[in-house]
Amino acid sequence: MFEIFGIPSQALFGQLLIGLINGSFYALLSLGLAVIFGMLNIINFTHGAQYMLGAFIAFFLLHYAGLNYWAALVIAPIVVGLTGILVERVLLQWLYKLDHLYGLLLTFGLALIIEGVFRNFFGSSGLPYRVPDSLQGGQNLGFMFLPNYRAWVIVLSLIVCFATWYLIERTRLGAYLRAATENPTLVRAFGINVPRMITLTYGFGVGLAALAGVMAAPIYNVSPQMGADLIIVVFAVVVIGGMGSIMGAIVTGFGLGIIEGLTKVFFPEASNTVIFVIMAIVLLIRPAGLFGRRT
Amino acid sequence: MKRLLGLAAVIAAIGCMPAKAQYSDGMIKIGVLNDMSGTYADLAGPGSVVAAQMAVEDFGAAAKGMKVEIVGADHQNKPDIGSNVVRQWIDRDQVDVIVDVPTSSVALAVNEIVREKNKVFLISGAAASNLTGDKCSPNTVHWTYDTWSLANGTGNAIVKTGGKTWFFLTADYAFGHALERDTAAVVEKNGGKVLGKVRHPFPATDFSSFLLQAQSSKAQIIGLANAGADTTNAIKQAAEFGIVKGGQNLAALLIFLTDIKALGLQTAQGLVFTEAWYWDMNDANRDFAKKFSERNKGIYPSMVHAGVYSAVMHYLKAVQAAKADADGKVVVAKMKELPTDDKLFGKGTIRADGRKIHPMYLFEVKKPEESKGPWDLYKVRATIPAAEAFRPIAEGGCPLVKG
Repeated sequence: MFEIFGIPSQALFGQLLIGLINGSFYALLSLGLAVIFGMLNIINFTHGAQYMLGAFIAFFLLHYAGLNYWAALVIAPIVVGLTGILVERVLLQWLYKLDHLYGLLLTFGLALIIEGVFRNFFGSSGLPYRVPDSLQGGQNLGFMFLPNYRAWVIVLSLIVCFATWYLIERTRLGAYLRAATENPTLVRAFGINVPRMITLTYGFGVGLAALAGVMAAPIYNVSPQMGADLIIVVFAVVVIGGMGSIMGAIVTGFGLGIIEGLTKVFFPEASNTVIFVIMAIVLLIRPAGLFGRRT
Repeated sequence: MKRLLGLAAVIAAIGCMPAKAQYSDGMIKIGVLNDMSGTYADLAGPGSVVAAQMAVEDFGAAAKGMKVEIVGADHQNKPDIGSNVVRQWIDRDQVDVIVDVPTSSVALAVNEIVREKNKVFLISGAAASNLTGDKCSPNTVHWTYDTWSLANGTGNAIVKTGGKTWFFLTADYAFGHALERDTAAVVEKNGGKVLGKVRHPFPATDFSSFLLQAQSSKAQIIGLANAGADTTNAIKQAAEFGIVKGGQNLAALLIFLTDIKALGLQTAQGLVFTEAWYWDMNDANRDFAKKFSERNKGIYPSMVHAGVYSAVMHYLKAVQAAKADADGKVVVAKMKELPTDDKLFGKGTIRADGRKIHPMYLFEVKKPEESKGPWDLYKVRATIPAAEAFRPIAEGGCPLVKG
């Protein structure tokens, strides 16, 4: 077996694959953030809390309603998306004309409240959630043991990411959306209900976060701070990819997952920091992010 | 000017009031400092405040004419935040004793401040054995457990049942390093071998990468030198990656009741680990656990909570005996002089280096079918007698010990 930088290539392939798995969570979450920022100009700091809500709803469905993982995968994003729509209608819609900071403060405050409430009722050590029976076990790939569930995570997140990209960049609905962000008044003049479209967009972005939450529940502990742990990294991913760029969010999400995975092999102590180092470098060279357009 | 004089007169009057004992500012103030919102909030957190309150009530402070107040704060597992809180508590709020402080990096910082300000530091949550070794202090008592006792209990048991080769997954801060160091020493002393280690950031969520490295080391035992959500996530993901099925075993070197509850018995069953206290060992413990959980949102007490109760109880006894709380060194000297005795930890002693001595227990997590209730999680495998449970005083290198 040949070696790369003193690491057996087997181990390296394994680490690349694991990086890709973590990257799929980054991609899903940063995608939602990018959609929301691109269409609403809101920096949605509640995203981590909404991801956590998705995982908790999966737990509630299983333990109180007896509905399994597959049902949760559909129901949780819808429920959390509806709460998102409520938040947008009641609170966010008044902030579009103000500075970004107001939206950021509001969503950050909301995140703290939601996480605090859940911590109060469910404690901080987390709740157990099992991998669904049909995805138990795994495949021996020769260079590593790949749990079936992780393989499923990669596949599903790739499908969701590219479906979202296609929807926004390649369909008529997406064209309306993009036009509405450029010039809402003109699009309204064509008889399109722009405020409703924006509300639904927020609901959709939030639903993506909840979907990621359900997918994370069997792997990580379902705990109130699970979103807070992730959200900072995800914001770094969005900044590196370019605020509001859909493709940027997807590609950077997967890419940074891989880079982080490799750091865990070569210099594990730095694996929490590496993404921020990359962020600093990217901002120095391309202030608008890798895929962002200068405005 | 007139008002100022009046104020001075009032202060003088308060100062001259006849008092039974000389408590600074007329009351004993206990500061419970720990992680109130993060990964260690269930195993310590608000529950430690409840435990301290119960100790004050059971001691009967009010009936004995002692006025005791308890304050709590969140150090967020950050040494700088913890240090600021402690400085403010001591300088401005006249707190006399700091209690609990899980997260060894914070505890080591607080240890220095309390010593400099000559107050008292009772550690229940923190683990690093340095606190009674090279960093020992005449103002500090390390109550519940430490990394040496965990390594000694769990490490010994595993090496003796055939787990000879080890790989460590270590949380990259003071506690993880101490636990890894102490366990590696036990493993090597018993003829085992450490094949490698990987240090992960604290806190971390995804362990698959580290687990894969542990897997390729081919070590028989993967020692988890971390705590809280880090440990539960690592165990959960190790099951997912088929590590235990592949013939390697996990050693959770530090795990608490609340962690086992979070993992669920299905995943956690069979784990062997060391702790100082479990609620279901005798009637006194069960009675305490019941009252405690009623006041702590149904969460049962961990050994950290029990340690806080026991430590505060003994502290109050020492303050009562010394009739003063202002001079931390005097109070701690009194604590070491008096034998300890309370309903949770029974009789014990405190050594010159600040180490509280009591038995430790080797527990095993029950199988799902053995458990009769949501908190019925452990069975006792072995008792490690007090004399063998902690590092011999001469080996710690504590400057307070005259050798």
